[in-house]
Amino acid sequence: MTAPHTAPPGPAGTSSRATRGLGVLSLAGLALLLGYALVWSPPDVAQKDAVRLMYVHVPTAILAFTACAITTVASAMWLRRRSEGWWVLGGAAAEVGLVFTGICLITGSIWGRPTWGTYWDWDPRITSTTLLFILLVGYLALRSIDNEAGGAAPRGMRGAIVGLLLLPNVMIVHFSVDWWRSLHQTATITRLDPTIEGTMLFTLMLGIVVFGLVFAWLLIHRFRVGWLEERAGATGLDQALVERRAEAGLAAAGGRS
Amino acid sequence: MFRDASLMAGKDLRVELRSHVTTQQVAPFAILMLILFGVALDPDRGILTRASAGLFWVSVLFCSLLAIQRAFTIEAADGGRDALRLSGLDPAGIFLGKAAAIFVQLGALELVLAAGVVVMYGTEITGLPLLVATCLAATAGLAAAGTLYGVLAAGLRVRETLLPILLLPVLAPVLIGATRAFEAALGGAAADGWPWCGLLAAFALLYTAFGTLAFGPLLEES
Amino acid sequence: MEPVVQLHGAVTLLGRFPALAGIDLEVAAGEIVLLRGPNGAGKTTLLRLCAGLLPVARGQAVVLGHDLANRRQARSLRRRVGLLGHATGLYDELTVADNIHFWGRAAGASPTDIIAALTACGLDGRLAGLGVATLSAGQRRRTALACLLARRPELWLLDEPHGGLDQDGRDLLDDIVRQAVASGATVMLSSHELDRAAALAHRVVTIVGGTTDALDPLPTSEEPVLVP
Repeated sequence: MTAPHTAPPGPAGTSSRATRGLGVLSLAGLALLLGYALVWSPPDVAQKDAVRLMYVHVPTAILAFTACAITTVASAMWLRRRSEGWWVLGGAAAEVGLVFTGICLITGSIWGRPTWGTYWDWDPRITSTTLLFILLVGYLALRSIDNEAGGAAPRGMRGAIVGLLLLPNVMIVHFSVDWWRSLHQTATITRLDPTIEGTMLFTLMLGIVVFGLVFAWLLIHRFRVGWLEERAGATGLDQALVERRAEAGLAAAGGRS
Repeated sequence: MFRDASLMAGKDLRVELRSHVTTQQVAPFAILMLILFGVALDPDRGILTRASAGLFWVSVLFCSLLAIQRAFTIEAADGGRDALRLSGLDPAGIFLGKAAAIFVQLGALELVLAAGVVVMYGTEITGLPLLVATCLAATAGLAAAGTLYGVLAAGLRVRETLLPILLLPVLAPVLIGATRAFEAALGGAAADGWPWCGLLAAFALLYTAFGTLAFGPLLEES
Repeated sequence: MEPVVQLHGAVTLLGRFPALAGIDLEVAAGEIVLLRGPNGAGKTTLLRLCAGLLPVARGQAVVLGHDLANRRQARSLRRRVGLLGHATGLYDELTVADNIHFWGRAAGASPTDIIAALTACGLDGRLAGLGVATLSAGQRRRTALACLLARRPELWLLDEPHGGLDQDGRDLLDDIVRQAVASGATVMLSSHELDRAAALAHRVVTIVGGTTDALDPLPTSEEPVLVP
């Protein structure tokens, strides 16, 4: 009779002093940002209050791009070192990046409405960001399937290759969409270039910093959750070996009776 | 490596010759797409002629999905993956061979589509050198990237739905570049189109190089 | 001379499942070893491991001098072995001759070897030009055997090779195996056809629960066969 398999005691949650501090800082930053974004910074001359969406849209765009970079680097490191941490990081960054991309697209669309008159204009950044969104969706879908696959070889190669290509693909797509749309420069107001100076610039910088903090906080937590999932999934090999070999004992008893 | 590639490509093309899937199924699908576009966009308003470059390349993209799926379905039958791993073939050679076979098949489809576009959309052919160069570069990129993502999706049960969503965003730059180059050629301003052709060639080189390296490890994932 | 196959406590995982939970096995050059055991015991996995297709998670595994813990060595082992599995790896759309030609050339076989393999398996003549899709299971088996024969591997790994073959086919297989061993090859085969396979083999190894039992002598007709 084998001893019951007990999992080692794990952490009660994914918080730590560092993330709690980070969380508080993020919340404070968000509050400050709200103040500046909604009240203290002036409305744009041309776009009036609609420009305030920029303080969310631009930082989320930058961080979505950063998330892709993290995923690519994590995939590259996984290919070199094959340690689970890099695998989890790639997925965590992609998920958080997906959220930020979604926010970026929505705010971009709402921001565009008063400026363009529609919810969608083939602005190069919106178009390439939408493709980025789908690239991330595909990557995450592949990862979830790759996760389930049994197979003889260690899982993860497919996800790693797609993750490795993520940043190059994003860059190629961005570059070609940009080049393409720049050929069609008509008299449309280029939305993302209102004259930014003074308080507006400060608010934008603040937005980037604050959203960066939020991103980091989300990423750390998502990483830890993923890490715990990995730990929980890896049952002891020794236990499995004992169970497997027990088949021999049972079979022998059945055959020789 | 090249010996293995030509062996592999020869085998794939021989399979195609015997099974006629590309000629009997994918080519009609290509023509069907052109017809459906015509039905949807109303041939009398001149949209079709103006949009023929874009419609051509969108059709090529969708046909390439079919061709790539087909190329890997052949290998999936009856333990083919193990057999390839045991075969003694260099994985880089397998990649190049498969990509080459897809390149040839797509090229044939493009000829069919070109004929269709000329006949059905009334497009006039100008700037032929640019058109040909664009086709070569774009198809090479499609074949290389397609073979890479194809083997990636090949072992999975959901490959039919996953491959498009993985591959098409990656191929969006090819669509953009090829369409712009074609528009330049057909519009008589070929000089504008050559830079796009350069982009396509760079894309093709990148994916051929990367695919050659990554194919071996991916093949090991059974 | 060094044994062709040396496995000590070899553990192989399929996903997280230890299909092989500790195999101790040594096979000398020129031996024919029969693997027997209940379904799910790990015979197929063992054969695939020896082909260099699977990594070894624990223990030692050296085949034809290649250490299977090293991925590169495992890969370079593959062209020296021949695996005849349940799946044939044949292309349905091509003919018998096309298939043997392709798989033979892929392994670097000469045209002479390929034709010899075709003839030895009784596939010359009318059968050579038939599409694989139209063949019976036994004929496919023979075609796969010819593909293996064309490679002239040093180690033959046969997974239930008699399955699906008619009487002639089984006799043919036995002859080919004996000839291969006479030319210096080593053979490991798994089978549920214990009488025929035991007559072919030099010794029998029982696999149960992913491990090797004691090395059995050839079973006599009175000895009960292990049933799951």
